[in-house]
Amino acid sequence: MAHSGRPLSPHLGIYRWQVQMVTSILHRATGIALVAGSGMVLWGLYALAAGATDWTAFTAIAGSVPGQILLAGWTWSLMYHLCNGVRHLFQDAGMGFEIAQFVRSSWLAVIVSLLLTVAIWAYLLAGGVL
Amino acid sequence: MSDMRNPLGRARGLGSAKAGTGHWWMQRLTALALVVLSVWFLITVLGLLHADYPTALATLARPWNAVLMVAFTTAMFWHAQLGLQVVIEDYVHTRWLETFLVVLVKLLAVLSVIAAALAVVRIALGH
Repeated sequence: MAHSGRPLSPHLGIYRWQVQMVTSILHRATGIALVAGSGMVLWGLYALAAGATDWTAFTAIAGSVPGQILLAGWTWSLMYHLCNGVRHLFQDAGMGFEIAQFVRSSWLAVIVSLLLTVAIWAYLLAGGVL
Repeated sequence: MSDMRNPLGRARGLGSAKAGTGHWWMQRLTALALVVLSVWFLITVLGLLHADYPTALATLARPWNAVLMVAFTTAMFWHAQLGLQVVIEDYVHTRWLETFLVVLVKLLAVLSVIAAALAVVRIALGH
């Protein structure tokens, strides 16, 4: 960017650490991760449309150890982006703007997304038995 | 309501020079749709855990599942395009590269929407 000599706002390192910084950065990071995940959705749909051989190859890769690690990452990314996204929608509607509410809803998005991810993978690793 | 701008302001073309709140609003609309659709997607995929190929195919070929899958992929790629556009605009400061990347992402998103819809149509009607 061009330097105009006008004053700039302090850079990130100046600020005291706050949970809202983390939720903001994570929202963008998980969003970018989910773009890669959307490619997996498209691939899955194509494998299903193409036939049994392609579908078996797809599920074998998805079910492999690296595949499961990626899927677990995408599960949390989706749960977090969903929880924090709902938080943002409430804020867009003008709710939850007190600082205390802001901090509380930030922690809520982080903790609930982790709990949901653990619940989903507990279900999967138990073989779908509840 | 009448136009709140004075005649000079209107003549100078003040106000939105581009799409105004269009981007912001579509990001929220697609987000709202995805709150419902991504939960449906997750539950549907979890339900296919022990499914063999014919079962998976038959599940997605059910009318409501096919409709919701196209709705999900369309909202997803649309929302992804809007989000990536903001990321590009924030971090890419070379004007031609910024424009190039935003246009590229838009075109890839449209292509992905068409590709996903075509796959679902084939699953729903082709077997």
